[in-house]
Amino acid sequence: MFEQIKHNMETIAGVAIYPILSLLIFFAFFVGLGIWVYSYKKEKIEELSQIPLNDSQTL
Amino acid sequence: MEMQQFYYDNKIVKKFIYATIVFGVVGMLVGLILALMFLFPNMTDGISWLSFGRLRPLHTNAVIFAFVGNAMFAGVYYSLQRLLKARMFSDFLSNLNFWGWQLIIVAAAVSLPLGYSTSKEYAELEWPIDIAIALIWVAFGINMIGTILKRRERHLYVAIWFYIATFVTVAVLHIFNSLELPVTAMKSYSVYAGVQDALVQWWYGHNAVAFFLTTPFLGLMYYFVPKAANRPVYSYRLSIVHFWSLIFLYIWAGPHHLLYSALPTWAQNLGVVFSIMLIAPSWGGMINGLLTLRGVWDKVRVDPVLKFFVVAITGYGMATFEGPMLSLKNVNAIAHFTDWIIAHVHVGALAWNGFMAFGIIYWLIPRMTKSTLYSIKLANFHFWIGTLGIILYTLPMYVAGFTQASMWKQFNPDGTLTYGNFLETVTQIMPMYWMRAAGGLLYLTGMLVLVYNIIQTVRAGATIEDELAEAPALQQISAGRIKGEKYHAWLERKPIQLTIFAVIAILIGGIVQIVPTIMIKSNIPTIASVKPYSPLELEGRDLYIREGCVSCHSQMVRPFRSEVERYGPQSKAGEFVYDHPFLWGSKRTGPDLLREGGKYNDNWHFNHFYSPQSISAGSIMPAYKWLFANEAMDISLIEKKMQAMQTLGVPYSDADIANAQKDLRAQALKIEENLKSDPDFVNSYDNSRKKVEASGEKFVPMNEREIVALIAYIQRLGTDIKVK
Repeated sequence: MFEQIKHNMETIAGVAIYPILSLLIFFAFFVGLGIWVYSYKKEKIEELSQIPLNDSQTL
Repeated sequence: MEMQQFYYDNKIVKKFIYATIVFGVVGMLVGLILALMFLFPNMTDGISWLSFGRLRPLHTNAVIFAFVGNAMFAGVYYSLQRLLKARMFSDFLSNLNFWGWQLIIVAAAVSLPLGYSTSKEYAELEWPIDIAIALIWVAFGINMIGTILKRRERHLYVAIWFYIATFVTVAVLHIFNSLELPVTAMKSYSVYAGVQDALVQWWYGHNAVAFFLTTPFLGLMYYFVPKAANRPVYSYRLSIVHFWSLIFLYIWAGPHHLLYSALPTWAQNLGVVFSIMLIAPSWGGMINGLLTLRGVWDKVRVDPVLKFFVVAITGYGMATFEGPMLSLKNVNAIAHFTDWIIAHVHVGALAWNGFMAFGIIYWLIPRMTKSTLYSIKLANFHFWIGTLGIILYTLPMYVAGFTQASMWKQFNPDGTLTYGNFLETVTQIMPMYWMRAAGGLLYLTGMLVLVYNIIQTVRAGATIEDELAEAPALQQISAGRIKGEKYHAWLERKPIQLTIFAVIAILIGGIVQIVPTIMIKSNIPTIASVKPYSPLELEGRDLYIREGCVSCHSQMVRPFRSEVERYGPQSKAGEFVYDHPFLWGSKRTGPDLLREGGKYNDNWHFNHFYSPQSISAGSIMPAYKWLFANEAMDISLIEKKMQAMQTLGVPYSDADIANAQKDLRAQALKIEENLKSDPDFVNSYDNSRKKVEASGEKFVPMNEREIVALIAYIQRLGTDIKVK
């Protein structure tokens, strides 16, 4: 499957740095996202998820 | 704590719902007419503004921007106020948003059938309407952000994040894809050419699906599914991951619409990789939506609203599984240009957008009229006939796509194409087109049932009034409270920062793909023999655009043995450098036309445009009789058009422009001369001349009529690098 992807950027000088950079950006993005999400307190998450259900204080 | 009283604006929601229903019926009806045109190609014979090529953009625009767009606004205006415990920021902006949007829709409904089109899919509207869209969209954005700023709820619920991403991304996409150079009040040329135009167009096209049809509806899902099920979303954590990963990945995937085209391979591959990754956030969202119903599945048996939601979310899951699969090059090689794609988009449109909208309407109207739905039975009937309609629409289209692609690629042992005549591959799938039309009819029937049910509900219920509500004002947070708080909670409180992060997330992908393609010359190698169009060909190309030929004919020969054998040498990026806009197309209801020039003589095209069926029995191409009418083509703008092209970098010399009328006439006379080589033509031409002169009208010679320009363009196609 990766046969077609492998060769088309070999001609650019120093191209090897780009996949490494990309991987790092993605890795950091998703690890950061994961840490952020899982460091929420459970009560906070509960509170946030209740917002749509608490909107009915109409008179 | 001081309680503040305020009114939720229900009237604006009501207006948007009514508009949704009206334009839903219109959009689906036009769709059904188009489906019938596959079966009866000349059912609107001779009426230019009811021809397939002009109605097709009307259908897509009506469904996307009028039906789904109004449903989105209705849902956003209802949920945003309640999630923020505040009335909309400005009633004036709300009404400007509503009336402006409807005016744009009406402008589209008039201008598209009249042939005013840029030909770029889902962005066909001409430049004055584009500007109006941008202004109204900004009014919507200001209204939304203003409401967020004066909210009474500290935290922004995840639905609102999706709305914000929708606003900023659609604005960016619309502005960059609509950059065009006006020639007249209703005619413009894209500033991009060929490959670059294609890349920008599908960066837009793909993300219009992502940020107009998907993200706002995911926001609505995160609000209305918990409301209808009366329980919180399955995992709020998952919804956060869903949001950020979806908007981060989606924006990269556009090039999967251009696989095996003349787009540089690195950009194609980037599109593939990100499309595959997209399956994760998409399914995360689908699972989150469906699992919200855990423990209340018994309700799904009795509540039509939940039934609609379940099928909608399931449809979302199917379409977002299929999308990444279609982005694999080997699958795309089969599916692209066939009815498989038509099936794919209709799973999204009919199931995801349509059924979400129906569920929301059935849930909102009884609440706002303080009554109950007129008939649960009818709503259930709508659900079943709609679901059946979706199945009957999509399954035959999958079969048609597979069948036709297989026939296109079938070789005889001696190396010739088994189905060398394209028409054979069309007549083979005609039964599928019948079933598709039946499926569409069922779906439209369901929509009409909704209309009746809603009218009865509104008649029996109370008048829809603004709703009085109360909530405490938002307190200023003291510095002491923030100090002890975790580092992450601040983001939900800060709409501006959230918006900036969302913009960064969506810009990275767009910049990485588009900037190199436009800036780096070596990405588009030029070809010395490729020359700009002659004045007559340029006029012919504008007719090709006006008539929407691109809806059914591609101009992109992919590098497959079967296509090179059928159409000629594969497309190269350098062939399209003067094409403002590009006309690669996305569907082959008829054959590819990139190498059409010189394949047949002028008479063949003349007769074929007048009556395709007289040349190819069983053809489903409509006749274009109005191009033959006894009227002179308007060529008064040719100099202005060429000057516009010159501004955009097409190498017309000043002498070319000064001589445009003369060159145009010379080429037209040559074609008329060619046509006269056919005695039948000479005969009928003489007869029609006598007829016109007998009636006292002025006779317009053939070389001055539109058909000649179109023939000139068709005969030019692909001849620059044709290998004899």
